[in-house]
Amino acid sequence: MSDAASPPLTRRNLLTLIGASAGGTAMYQAMTSLGFAAESPYRGPIKLEGDPKGASVVILGAGLAGMTAAFELGRAGYKVRILEYNNRAGGRNWSLRGGDAYTELGGATQHCTFDDGLYLNPGPWRIPYHHYALLDYCRRFGVTLEPFIQLNHNAFLHSSKAFGGRPQRIREIKADFEGAIAELLAKATRQGALDDAVSKDDQAILIEALRAHGGLDKDFRYVASDESAEFRGYAKDPGGGLGAAPVNGEPIGMHDILTSRLWQGLQNFLSYDFQTTMFQPVGGMGRIGEAFARQLPNAIRYGAKVTGIRQDERGVTVAFEDLARDGTIEEARADWCVCALPLTILSQLPVEVSAPMKAAIDAVPYSSSVKFGLQFRRRFWEEDEHIFGGISYTDLPIRHISYPSAGYNSGGKGVLLGGYIWNGPNAYEFTAMSPAERIARALDDGAQIHPQYRSEFETGISVAWHRAPFTLGCAGEWTEETRRDHYDNLCQIDGRIVLAGEHASYIPAWQEGAILSALDAIARLHKRVVAA
Amino acid sequence: MGAVRTPIDRRRLVLLCAAVLACTGVLAQEPPTSAPFISRGRGFDEQGGAALYANVCAACHQPDGRGAVGAAAYPALAGNKNLASADYLTSLLFNGLRGMPPLGRMMSDAQVADVINYVRTHFGTSYDDPISAADVKAARP
Repeated sequence: MSDAASPPLTRRNLLTLIGASAGGTAMYQAMTSLGFAAESPYRGPIKLEGDPKGASVVILGAGLAGMTAAFELGRAGYKVRILEYNNRAGGRNWSLRGGDAYTELGGATQHCTFDDGLYLNPGPWRIPYHHYALLDYCRRFGVTLEPFIQLNHNAFLHSSKAFGGRPQRIREIKADFEGAIAELLAKATRQGALDDAVSKDDQAILIEALRAHGGLDKDFRYVASDESAEFRGYAKDPGGGLGAAPVNGEPIGMHDILTSRLWQGLQNFLSYDFQTTMFQPVGGMGRIGEAFARQLPNAIRYGAKVTGIRQDERGVTVAFEDLARDGTIEEARADWCVCALPLTILSQLPVEVSAPMKAAIDAVPYSSSVKFGLQFRRRFWEEDEHIFGGISYTDLPIRHISYPSAGYNSGGKGVLLGGYIWNGPNAYEFTAMSPAERIARALDDGAQIHPQYRSEFETGISVAWHRAPFTLGCAGEWTEETRRDHYDNLCQIDGRIVLAGEHASYIPAWQEGAILSALDAIARLHKRVVAA
Repeated sequence: MGAVRTPIDRRRLVLLCAAVLACTGVLAQEPPTSAPFISRGRGFDEQGGAALYANVCAACHQPDGRGAVGAAAYPALAGNKNLASADYLTSLLFNGLRGMPPLGRMMSDAQVADVINYVRTHFGTSYDDPISAADVKAARP
């Protein structure tokens, strides 16, 4: 999920580096060996054939994993009930809208005062086209989708340390970087530097491709020209009538682009997770959790805080507090348990599982993430800067500004994602701030890119995931070592308990991982039940 | 949050002086100790236990060290018996455990020592066996 401007060297970033330096083939080979590249294994609605003979399952957590398990097991004939800590379904699938209140750990309550129809998705906010399972549930449950704009060529790449701190259009950085590379490669080819590697016939085609692809002129130069303007746009756009001729702009030099490091931002549009088409539900990501919950009438017990999980040969007993009744302890008994609690929560509970599974539960720290929603009285990014959707990337602590992928050109108000910090020191530092301090800082940063922030800001809200009472963190943070030592132990059926959630997947921090994990868990559980 | 005065304040003063001396010449100005602070790189830039606590640990354990309770908890530091072992805290900071991320990996040896010594001498506790940056260095995975 991370696409921060200056990321730490994670596996995903390593892959991006390999891709940037060695090309797509090398990246594909590396990705395959690291288990990322294969398409989603989802092949349509799960078929749990065979009679479960009235078996019951208690499911912990009404996020997408828990609700997927409950829905499919219920369809297969199981008696299911879900225990959920919050007073709403969805878990991290969540949208904050006007009228909502959110109390974080530490006790600060924020009241969301966004106008009708405006929202912040504090958790997941975009859906790749290759997340087939999630898309299928959206289709089956009637969740209307619209395009999420990941790449907007007219949004900004910004470095506080380059170009005098002035944001640069993605379009120009992308075109000029690729144009300059094409010019260099064409020159090298024509000077014979590639004679050992590329045949003369292929060189002729390569040069033709570089000229077309890079916007080079007839002399193979990337300069202000009609050819480059087709990619980078114009200093003055073509118009109508007198004085309407376009003016070609001067490309930004290779040296300036290289040393600015803005080329790093282009990686956010190249990687598999972020390629078009991406989607979002109309009205907020939370519509998905709401749609799942509608499929589970009376199955979800809200305000239930799990305090312990015991098991014996015949079933599972889950103790929980009824938060609405002052912590009265109750017990839920079932033949089986699908536990979709975040590991940050589960690891702290007394839970009767094998030592290897317990070690796995304790071994996965959660990433830290902070998001901001900022409402402005005017869609200045559209009216003044012609940015319709998409994301600007910056080296400032807020890292991202994402423009709404809906309601374009309407002249009304809008809510920006005014910052999205994923891991690193700043995520913790923002989490340590009060909500008011966070917003003040997000406005300071954002105003360096959009000075209109100062006059147009109305109201804002932030969610720091390590202060979220129901997760105590953002998402499972695996390493090569923890995968090797613990992943299989985490996913095994342990007696009568099986875990599910994004943390039990190779797509951590994505909703698809939660759903695929749940489908795999219940398929194995069902096999065991019908075999008994 | 006022600093808790304990009999070992003098020792802390010595530590602080040592830290300041170590930083003189590379650090033009000492960052504020508890005001919100934003680091510039991939590691924490805060100097000294108080600043590190306020801007990192307090995110979860809260400014006054009382912890927080939701679906599960961030443990309170006040009266927490796990503070008895600086080595245990070093291991926590480097390896993480349950809800605790391995934050020490984004800190220098001196920062890890500073923040451990800070939490062990505040919130009503006053252990008098500080850990040194050298001890931390030896424990770093």
